[in-house]
Amino acid sequence: MANKKEYKDIESAMKRLDEIVAQLTAENISLEASLSLYEEGVALVKIANSRLEDAERKINMLKTNADGEVSEVPFDTSAVL
Amino acid sequence: MNTDKALSVSQLNNYIKMLMESDDVLNYVTIRGEISNFKHHSSGHMYFTLKDEKSEIAAVMFRAAASRLNFAPKSGDKVVAYGKVSVYEVSGKYQVYVSAMTNDGAGALYAEYMRLLEKLLAEGLFEASRKKAIPAFPKRLGIITSPTGAAIRDMINVTGRRYPSAELLICPSSVQGAEAPSELLRSLMLLDEVGECDVIIIGRGGGSAEDLWAFNDEALVRAVAAARTPIISAVGHETDTTLCDYAADLRAPTPSAAAELSVPDRVALMQSIDEKSERMNRAVERMVSKQKASLETYAKQIALASPIEKLETVKGRIKKAEELMSISVLSLLDKKRLLLAKSAGQLEAINPLAVISRGYSVTRDECGRVISSVYAVEPNEKITVTVSDGAIDAVVTGKRGS
Repeated sequence: MANKKEYKDIESAMKRLDEIVAQLTAENISLEASLSLYEEGVALVKIANSRLEDAERKINMLKTNADGEVSEVPFDTSAVL
Repeated sequence: MNTDKALSVSQLNNYIKMLMESDDVLNYVTIRGEISNFKHHSSGHMYFTLKDEKSEIAAVMFRAAASRLNFAPKSGDKVVAYGKVSVYEVSGKYQVYVSAMTNDGAGALYAEYMRLLEKLLAEGLFEASRKKAIPAFPKRLGIITSPTGAAIRDMINVTGRRYPSAELLICPSSVQGAEAPSELLRSLMLLDEVGECDVIIIGRGGGSAEDLWAFNDEALVRAVAAARTPIISAVGHETDTTLCDYAADLRAPTPSAAAELSVPDRVALMQSIDEKSERMNRAVERMVSKQKASLETYAKQIALASPIEKLETVKGRIKKAEELMSISVLSLLDKKRLLLAKSAGQLEAINPLAVISRGYSVTRDECGRVISSVYAVEPNEKITVTVSDGAIDAVVTGKRGS
């Protein structure tokens, strides 16, 4: 993990954020290392928040046609909600 | 064969009837079985057969007793019948004369449920070690339930409120009735094998034991236990437990609860992110303060050790000392001057020359001794009288007493 790894999805971003918080609060690293980690942490906070703010929903349904083929189609929520 | 002892058929049937009706077991019998060939005669009497896996017996319930039933019996019903076994003398057929009957649907179902539960338990299908963890941040959620109704509506709403970024893939299915077990099974296999879901919820809303029965289907339960994808089972209400619930990786008391368990709450996540952000800020602030404090300490130490600093200090001390000194010298001088002036004044007062200038003179004899009394001189002695501007030579001509 020495190189810059990509933490683009919420799960890995949160995990890496936790690691950074733990290291920073332990306070046994140099000031430069801390500032570098801090920078990374700030970027991760932004990524994590933007992943969570995405509100566009995808609701699909599996449909089997007469031939037995299965396909994914949008689910009609108007019938339900 | 003794033909003397031959009975008539009526006699025989009568005997059999007496035999049966004098037997306590047969006279007060309770039977559990399934109804078949049910006929509700226009007379009000009910004629049917009670059976189990191996045997059957004819049954009749006359109108009077039938009118007190609290359900409408039909073929296929599992029942508990109370009455007596006797023989219809005319036909020689024995049958159950049912005087009371209850629907044992639940009872029979329950017995089957227990049987299957014990069997699958013994196989280890419900072991805790088999349970998979539900992923914390699912990207895709599979749902097997009826495409209409409260269950799917609640699950869509709850996941939408909590974590809308999770995609839903719904595989609709009947959730009760004869076709339900196979439809549920097919949906499960589809979602598990090709659905690419991170977690699957299988469930339905509340209902009677019969309504929920499909979720006790052996093939379905086995498939739930064997699925690769983590499964959350949510059948009925809190108090209903089906075998799918035991086989699943997580059991939810209701479909809404299943939705809550399947996804994280993004509001809570955002708060957690804020908190982590705060902690990072504080940690870095602390480190910077510490470094600043260290730097200041060093700067101070350097300054104190500097020769220029020392020089300035010494100079300052000297100046101070000088000031103090000059103050003291001045005051000393002033004091002395004051004293001098005082003494001068005093001297001036007792200066004999000043006295003399006021008209007084000093008289001395020939030896220069000051004469201050008449007895110190005799007539004809030479005396000198000193005045302010010189001396007068004189001779004593006479004396007078004071």
